[in-house]
Amino acid sequence: MSSIDQAGKANQGEIRYLTPLDIATKSNKKYCRFKRSGIKYIDYKDPDFLLKFINEQGKILPRRLTGTSLKFQRKISVAVKRARHLALLPYQADMLK
Amino acid sequence: MNHYEAVFILNPVLSDDQVKETVKKFEDYLSKKGSEIISTEHWGLKKFAYPIQNKQSGFYNLIDFKAPPTIIDSFEVELRRDERIMRYLNVKLDKYADAWSVKRRERNTKKA
Repeated sequence: MSSIDQAGKANQGEIRYLTPLDIATKSNKKYCRFKRSGIKYIDYKDPDFLLKFINEQGKILPRRLTGTSLKFQRKISVAVKRARHLALLPYQADMLK
Repeated sequence: MNHYEAVFILNPVLSDDQVKETVKKFEDYLSKKGSEIISTEHWGLKKFAYPIQNKQSGFYNLIDFKAPPTIIDSFEVELRRDERIMRYLNVKLDKYADAWSVKRRERNTKKA
């Protein structure tokens, strides 16, 4: 391994990090589907719809993953809990989806 | 008068007649106490997401009614006292839920 080679590599590396990387670090911006589609009320009697907001273990997904606004996240959480009480959704599950 | 919605689960060992009779009993109870029943829905025998009282399924029923708020407490006592009822949920509907329930009823009647 010659020293010229190493210098060349270092140089390349520098250029690489000086120019901005064009890796897509952010996918499309998240949005609140209730605000966008104008849904005003979340029905607890519809477990198939609520399934979108819980994970495989039956836990409610956080806002940072679904993009739901706080106002509707609260409504989701109430709706999911009501559905659980009526055994429309499980309290805990495995491989729900 | 507020708009309420009651969902209750009946024991699966009951016969169809007994189910009807029980639903009728609570409808009568509500109307006797001066409430106005808007609609009822029978979802039939549905499977639970988890066992309740060692049973895997039950008869779901829904009553949509307008009632003075004072009778809800006694209605819930009545529900709790009945052995055929496994679970119940009474919800007061706000204006958005009200609009949704109308829409839902329309859709259901169209289907039927």
